[in-house]
Amino acid sequence: MAGTMMIKIVFSGGLELLFGNERNQSVLIPPFVPSDNSTHSSLSSSSESSTPSSYNDTPSTGETKAADLEYLIYHLRDHLLKERPELFMENGTIRPGILVLINNTDWELEGEGSYQLCNNDEIVFISTLHGG
Amino acid sequence: MAPTSCSLCRDAKAILKRPKTGQQICKNCFFFVFETEVHHTITESELFKPGDRVAIGASGGKDSTVLAYVMKTLNERYNYGLDLFLLSIDEGITGYRDDSLETVKRNQQQYDMPLKILSYDELYGWTMDAIVEQIGKKNNCTFCGVFRRQALDRGAASLKVDHIVTGHNADDIAETVLMNIMRGDIARLGRCTSICTQGEDTIKRSKPFKYAYEKEIVMYAYFKKLDYFSTECIYSPDAYRGHARTFLKDLEAARPSAIIDIIHSGEAFEVKEEIKAAQKAQQTCKRCGYMSSNDLCKACTLLEGLERGMASSVITDRARKNMDAMGPAPDNIRTIPLFRSTPTIAVELPSQS
Ligand SMILES: [Zn+2]
Ligand SMILES: [Zn+2]
Repeated sequence: MAGTMMIKIVFSGGLELLFGNERNQSVLIPPFVPSDNSTHSSLSSSSESSTPSSYNDTPSTGETKAADLEYLIYHLRDHLLKERPELFMENGTIRPGILVLINNTDWELEGEGSYQLCNNDEIVFISTLHGG
Repeated sequence: MAPTSCSLCRDAKAILKRPKTGQQICKNCFFFVFETEVHHTITESELFKPGDRVAIGASGGKDSTVLAYVMKTLNERYNYGLDLFLLSIDEGITGYRDDSLETVKRNQQQYDMPLKILSYDELYGWTMDAIVEQIGKKNNCTFCGVFRRQALDRGAASLKVDHIVTGHNADDIAETVLMNIMRGDIARLGRCTSICTQGEDTIKRSKPFKYAYEKEIVMYAYFKKLDYFSTECIYSPDAYRGHARTFLKDLEAARPSAIIDIIHSGEAFEVKEEIKAAQKAQQTCKRCGYMSSNDLCKACTLLEGLERGMASSVITDRARKNMDAMGPAPDNIRTIPLFRSTPTIAVELPSQS
């Protein structure tokens, strides 16, 4: 599908343990996604079949938004996370204590969840909750 | 969103929002302010004097790895004149400590510092694996905590160091303040926030990262590409600390200064004399000579319980009395080595590989 974005994902600081112990992964994200962050109609992650699914037949309200980091978090939870989602997400965002970097910049400087994804972005998630 | 420029140098692109101040700063300014703040913590508290031998308690985790790197950097930059060592404790936890010790061994090469590894097995005759096999997972953190603290002191004595520095950061200290408040342990509040503690008989211990936020330590490690190991202890979940930590992270998300505010609150608790008086006077352990508030130090008490198969009953004073009532300790109870006057120091020097 035209405009599909490839997003590089890095999990570290122990967070990779929730994601099948794979630190480096990548996902394909459509340019427009459901506003309610429903991910079931979107493109699958690159590790699965790359046949584009028809996300037009989405059962949700049909309202869409440009794909943002908030949507990506839901996508990762629904498609890459292997266990214990409560250790990754809390109240519709990343759990406090997990640091997020967008292209090597603190996501707090980039609008956090409202950051609009671009093709080839690299998003790093680092847990600070594991032993020092 | 247009890139923000650094609020310090006003030149480079900001990469980090500081939790303490909200400032948006670039990578080089971040390295500089982070290191300089630790330097100020060290100099304002007069932690060291030239010629001091200082052991860095190194677990291979993020905090101690960053601490080793920053201590080395500051020692060279400001001519502290310190002899730095890495001191690691091998608790004997298969699959956990093995991997993190590999990280420490790499740090030894990377930072060119002598490394001493001291194991529970060689000190106490028990690995954590063996302890857990005997007592189960319920109280094992009590054993590990007591054994680790004493192992660091004993390891430091064998290195003849004056001082142990540990990677405890501001988040850890705030968490401990909360836990002491929730337990009603007011007497311990002052001590847990002090940057440097020293028992009568033991080596000084201090926390140069007392005011460093965990977020900045992790970001520092990330941007410096430091090599650290992160996983949960397989026996650990210290549930109580876990709740305190989650609560603290939620507070920090709402108001980042919460962490420093809690530390200041802990510092401000004036411990009244009558509470201090209730704490027992220090003496030395009749079996091993380590400082203790009872006839036997905590490690010797726990060890005796393990040897007599009564380990789960030595956690409280009352249980201790019950064990005493069973008769005197057998003669063959191990004496934990103190390394008080070791003539030669067994240190692995960094080899060129
Ligand atoms: Zn700058
Ligand atoms: Zn003792």
